[in-house]
Amino acid sequence: MEENKTVLWIADLEKKFHIHLLGDFALETIKNFSLHLNEGEFAILVGPNGIGKSTVLNCIFRTYLPTGGKIIYRSRDGSYIDLAKCDERTITRLRKTEMAYVTQFLHCQPRVPAELVVATPRLSQGIPMGQALREARQLMERLGLPPNLWRASPVSFSGGEKQRVNLARAFILQPRLLLMDEPTASLDQYSTGLVVELLAELKERGTTVLSVFHDFAPVKELVTKVIHLDSHFAQEFEPQEALGISGVEDIVSGRCL
Amino acid sequence: MGVKCESPPVLKVQNLGKIYGPGCPNCVGLTGPEHGRNVCPKCLSIVAFYGISLELFEAEVLGIVGESGSGKSSLLKCLHLDEEPWCGSVYHKEVGNGERDLFACSAQQKRAIRNKLFGVVYQSPEVGLRMGLTAGANIAEPLLLTNKNKPNFRAVRSRILHLFHQVELPIGRVDDPIRSFSGGMQQRVQIAKALACNPSVLLLDEPTSGLDVSVQASVLDLIRRIQWDTGLPIVIVSHDLGVIRLLTQRTLVMRLGRVVEAGLTDQILSDPQHPYTQQLVASALT
Repeated sequence: MEENKTVLWIADLEKKFHIHLLGDFALETIKNFSLHLNEGEFAILVGPNGIGKSTVLNCIFRTYLPTGGKIIYRSRDGSYIDLAKCDERTITRLRKTEMAYVTQFLHCQPRVPAELVVATPRLSQGIPMGQALREARQLMERLGLPPNLWRASPVSFSGGEKQRVNLARAFILQPRLLLMDEPTASLDQYSTGLVVELLAELKERGTTVLSVFHDFAPVKELVTKVIHLDSHFAQEFEPQEALGISGVEDIVSGRCL
Repeated sequence: MGVKCESPPVLKVQNLGKIYGPGCPNCVGLTGPEHGRNVCPKCLSIVAFYGISLELFEAEVLGIVGESGSGKSSLLKCLHLDEEPWCGSVYHKEVGNGERDLFACSAQQKRAIRNKLFGVVYQSPEVGLRMGLTAGANIAEPLLLTNKNKPNFRAVRSRILHLFHQVELPIGRVDDPIRSFSGGMQQRVQIAKALACNPSVLLLDEPTSGLDVSVQASVLDLIRRIQWDTGLPIVIVSHDLGVIRLLTQRTLVMRLGRVVEAGLTDQILSDPQHPYTQQLVASALT
């Protein structure tokens, strides 16, 4: 029998927003979205603004409550969990141990130094402060964040610096499933290179990645699957197919306008 | 499907309800958000809250959010055994293996539970502290109550000084009357008093609502640090979504005595389901 490598299996995911305030209507975003990811895959979501790419990620992380479909996650211990329906305690446990989400913009607590923001996920796993801070500093160094920033609050950082704090905070978990929303959007070419290097290492160790990218050229060596979201339908491409023929930009604009 | 939770909840609340007034069979059916009232039209009783069930786990911070009069403070009073509920039960894992309803305990047992297992901080220092006493004496009170037989005054004194240090108050002011303290410092004394007997649950009722923003921030930082250092589970009642966002992982939203929505805090704030929660989130300034 073949070894089961499934990490994420999404079937017919649907998300509607019921807006009660402004005239009580339902806003449809994604529907009939399906996806299967094996361990170590690096899948990227592409598509025009507002098509629901971040909504997919938010539903997987349960920041949004899905209104239909299943999000089956196979956890490290082999159990299957429907992220769309399981209780909140299970989600908080997974967020603590194996699921990380790099949101588009960094949300962090004010008045907390960057190194502690990055170390926090390890601390909540029970890792001692000294070791957690060591790991945090190591990661920040590899991401090119200068040491004089480590003890300052990220609230005052530049966009690219915030982005790297956000990434470091997710990488430090060595997650089994890593969700990212335009992780390199505000990074220069050099910093992007540093991020790609770390992503390659995570992938090597078995992390499964699902990420929104507008320009995925920097990570094209890592990508195993391209999912193109187009007015409620998802289409899968092999990376070469998506990149080789016309470039992503062309595919995106060609199909949705 | 799914994974069972590792350890039992510290606190378990089942179907808790509180009615002020005579109460009648119609009270529950004729009140709540769908009726737009919490006063029973038949008997004019006030249904402070009804049908509240929740579980609080180790190292978890649970938020209860809602407007004034939604029943959140009454609920917290009931959890602290200050008031008898109209229906329902509360279990604590250290009382009868977590199987004994706290309200079925004797008055004396309840007092012991309140002093030993719960720490509470109220919005108003006048409620939580004796304004005629010194700060030290206020903190000493629960310590002496739980050690009635042979109070070791030296140990009590050193515990008070330790707590003073822990909540970042100047040791030199420990024997000053509580009246002479600022609002933020009084809240810190309340927190020290709440922590005095190493409680297993901390109940916070709008702990920072009366404070100006910079003092509010420093008290919130203190609460966050204590939670971080001790892993103490906390129930915090607040009408301030910023406080809820900062401190909690899960949140209950209350309106007219009922829980209208419960979920992960980030989900409640970014994808609120109930019309009231949507209004609440849309009304927040930040």
